[in-house]
Amino acid sequence: MNSLGCVRGDRRLFSGLNFSVSAGTLLQVTGPNGCGKTSLLRMICALLEPAEGTIKWQGENIRTLGEEYFTSLTFLGHRNGVKEELSAIENLRVASGLNGIDLRPKAAVKILRDMGLEGREQLPARLLSEGQRRRLALARLAVCNTTLWVLDEVLTSLDKAAVALVKSLIEKHLDNGGLAIVATHQELELNSGSFLRIELAS
Amino acid sequence: MPNRKINWYKYAAPANFYPLAGKLIPWFGIPAALLFVAGLYIGFFVAPTDFQQGDAYRIIFIHVPAAWMGMFLYILMALYAGVGWAFNARLASMMATALSITGAMFTFLSLATGSLWGKPTWGTWWVWDARMTSTLILLFLYIGFISLQAAIDDPRRADRAGAVLALVGLINVPIIYFSVQWWNTLHQGATIRLLNKPTMAPPMLAAMLIMLAACWLYSIAIVLMRLRCIILEREHEAGRTLTLGAKTAQFSRMESI
Amino acid sequence: MFRWIIRRDLILAWRRRADVLSTLFFFVIVVSLFPLSISPDPRLLKSIAPGVVWVAALLASMLSLGRLFSNDYVDGTLEQILLTPQPLYLIVLGKVLAQWLVAEVPLVLMAPILGVQFGLSQNTLVVLTISLLLGTPVLSLIGSIGAALTLGLRGSGVLVALLVLPLYIPVLIFGALAVDASIAGSNPQAHLSLLGAVLALSLVFAPWATCAALRISVE
Repeated sequence: MNSLGCVRGDRRLFSGLNFSVSAGTLLQVTGPNGCGKTSLLRMICALLEPAEGTIKWQGENIRTLGEEYFTSLTFLGHRNGVKEELSAIENLRVASGLNGIDLRPKAAVKILRDMGLEGREQLPARLLSEGQRRRLALARLAVCNTTLWVLDEVLTSLDKAAVALVKSLIEKHLDNGGLAIVATHQELELNSGSFLRIELAS
Repeated sequence: MPNRKINWYKYAAPANFYPLAGKLIPWFGIPAALLFVAGLYIGFFVAPTDFQQGDAYRIIFIHVPAAWMGMFLYILMALYAGVGWAFNARLASMMATALSITGAMFTFLSLATGSLWGKPTWGTWWVWDARMTSTLILLFLYIGFISLQAAIDDPRRADRAGAVLALVGLINVPIIYFSVQWWNTLHQGATIRLLNKPTMAPPMLAAMLIMLAACWLYSIAIVLMRLRCIILEREHEAGRTLTLGAKTAQFSRMESI
Repeated sequence: MFRWIIRRDLILAWRRRADVLSTLFFFVIVVSLFPLSISPDPRLLKSIAPGVVWVAALLASMLSLGRLFSNDYVDGTLEQILLTPQPLYLIVLGKVLAQWLVAEVPLVLMAPILGVQFGLSQNTLVVLTISLLLGTPVLSLIGSIGAALTLGLRGSGVLVALLVLPLYIPVLIFGALAVDASIAGSNPQAHLSLLGAVLALSLVFAPWATCAALRISVE
């Protein structure tokens, strides 16, 4: 059973925030712009050090876990993390390779098709539209085998079909006992898993 | 105060240190001024004229302490920055920032006085000898540290980035000094004896030591002053308030949700 | 996983090969400016050649430093790389190695040709190449610290030069002295050994400092 306990406070953004998330749960973080959603998610990813408090993963501080923690974490941020010079296939394969998954080109093509990028596998990412790049970034979720997903504003610039796709990916993830932390303004209605929401005031 | 326990940790918080620093400044500043006057008096009027260099040598009473201070303060700055980074001690990081400018000033002063001394002694303003060159490189290291901190807006990042740079510099300083020495001996550059130790008359030594003490006290006083400014700036940015003027600064924390 | 990072950076460099070439031409042009600005006298040229080639190599390597992390930082791939389950030390080492192969090795290969223009003998050209082979990895390693520290700052190009050039001085001194010694007909081995020692030291310490700097800058 995975549980995430968090006691933390950031400079002026928020303080005294306490929560824990267990397996099969979706945690939605909402709040107006500039309230610290992204900061909170970056702290959960150990990219940002909390000014106060600690974040624990399976009972251990993520700061001491280090690389071990990253084996169970997938993060998608504001920026897509897509290299413009690389083709869609190369982007996906390199991203997987760096995470220790050797993705064969055929498997990569199949995943890109599922993400609605058929026929664009060989195009350099700079020729893709904003929404297509987002889809390419999201394709990483279909490859990874991690338990904790941290998604920051993933639904922006996606069309309805893609939003449905993301939702089904998250549902499947929760069904498999994973947990997801999502920052978004939109409503997320899922058919599976339990649901938690944190609203940060400005 | 032998029997009274003082909670030293209390003063690790910038807001508590602020009034303490204010009280300490005159205790260092005034002796520094007195020692400067005394040191310069002995150096200029009591110490005998050097039979080789005439009166021009008297600039060493400023030059030598300045050169020492430039080096010591770099080491001190790097150590403070490292402590601030490793233990997340804001006051130590602020101390490093406050030290950097004073250190750079002394390094520059030692270069300037060295060059002023060089003109009458060797007939040229600048000689690429090992000591001058190393001091010049030390000045470059200070400039790098100061400009890196100036370019970063977020004080936390500025502190930590400065610490990495200062520590990398600290590891490098011996290598740089060695390489410059090596370069200098191979090019048979001008090798200059700064001091003829056996012939140094007691008043010369006294003047030198008094000036060194004055420089130390001056550094402490000026660094504390600068530290107070930095504390004010930073704490203001962090949304905390320091009441000024009052004997004990009030420290209140804005908690917002 | 180590090979993935090298492979990725090499593909990226290949797709942007104009950048690599412009660094190389910068190196060639800077070196050619010296005979024009000082004198074409062969004796003089021979004596300034080691310094000229080494200073130009230092400046050229500054140009490529800006690209080491900043492109990855801008498009968000640096965050992804920081979150991969492998030691950051190895990632940094891989990126620095790729940068060295792409940006510095062409300079090392070009240097003997430029040396010929300065009338260096064959022996000296060999020493020049060896000194550059030992010294340029140090430039990449130390430079990566500066590149990581100035990530995302305004005016980071000039700032990186300010931070890194003083730290390059030992490499410059030992490298140029080795070539000098060879021109004077003496044994350059002492200088080359010192250069090797600096390389070993920076191989151990520099990636560590770069990791720390990256974590600080990405926050």
